[in-house]
Amino acid sequence: MNAVTRLVEVRQNVLKKNDLLARELRHRFHEAGVFVVSMVSSPGTGKTTLLEKTLELLRRKYRVAALVGDLATENDAVRLARSGVPVKQITTGTLCHLEAAMIESALEDWKLAALDFLFIENVGNLVCPSSYDLGEELRIVLMSVTEGEDKPLKYPTIFNTADVAVITKMDLAVATEFDRSAANHSIESVRPGMKILTLSAKTGEGLDEYLSFFESRREVFQKSR
Amino acid sequence: MHELSIAISIVEMAEEESQRQGGVRITTVHLRLGALAGVVKNALQSSYELACEETSLAGSALVIDDVPGVIFCPACNVRRPVETSEWFRCAECGSLASEIVSGKELELVSLEVEE
Repeated sequence: MNAVTRLVEVRQNVLKKNDLLARELRHRFHEAGVFVVSMVSSPGTGKTTLLEKTLELLRRKYRVAALVGDLATENDAVRLARSGVPVKQITTGTLCHLEAAMIESALEDWKLAALDFLFIENVGNLVCPSSYDLGEELRIVLMSVTEGEDKPLKYPTIFNTADVAVITKMDLAVATEFDRSAANHSIESVRPGMKILTLSAKTGEGLDEYLSFFESRREVFQKSR
Repeated sequence: MHELSIAISIVEMAEEESQRQGGVRITTVHLRLGALAGVVKNALQSSYELACEETSLAGSALVIDDVPGVIFCPACNVRRPVETSEWFRCAECGSLASEIVSGKELELVSLEVEE
């Protein structure tokens, strides 16, 4: 005899828990006055190198800190700690992305009000992080000139959930015959009107504009409080 | 591969609902999945099986209802289907979409439970 079944309506977003927690975090960041930037990219785009430079330069004027996600090693945190600012590694194990709950527990013993900027470096991955809101104010997606101009077309979701696209390793642009207008076009087609910045963390090209962009966005954020 | 995390969330949500219903056994989970949600259907199916192991949902089925990506084109004044790679352009005239009508869904719709 077959058991009788009935239908129970649920109608809930599967990521609701993460979204609610992210909203709570965003509120906390706002209250504390800390401007939170998250960074996403594929592995090897230069997130850590850029973050290292960013921390080193911003710390001259601001109180900055960083959380870095990595699958298995603490290498990035060790590297970043050299800049002399508070850095904490979130080791995700086999998980390919950060979730709001990991940010919450990593921040447990940090005083948010003592910070001006907090950077979150996501795990190197262009797919999974796009589904998870971390409560950040600004999400930047990085692509390097060595990756090919059509990267945004291959990973539209991550570009679409980010606020700014940053093209890195511009010092290699000539050697790799990087086509800037083709890259712009592919970014534009998945995220019309997206702000695009180009830089080289190695030579320092474009870093001024990159940092002043954060500063001006933070000013707007401060005024909204 | 964030499909496994998503599958675990689905199982957790279903178990919570089963508790609310007095510990009923769930046989089938119905999900709506949008084409623009960034989730791979096949990967989600196999992750679901894994996520169910050693839970009260072991042996249950996941039924996925595909939701196509649809945008609204303000120039043609009409809804148009979109492919995943070019979300925001009208397939006919190339104009920017003013709205995503559907395709971002990742929703636990209902559960079939045994009486």
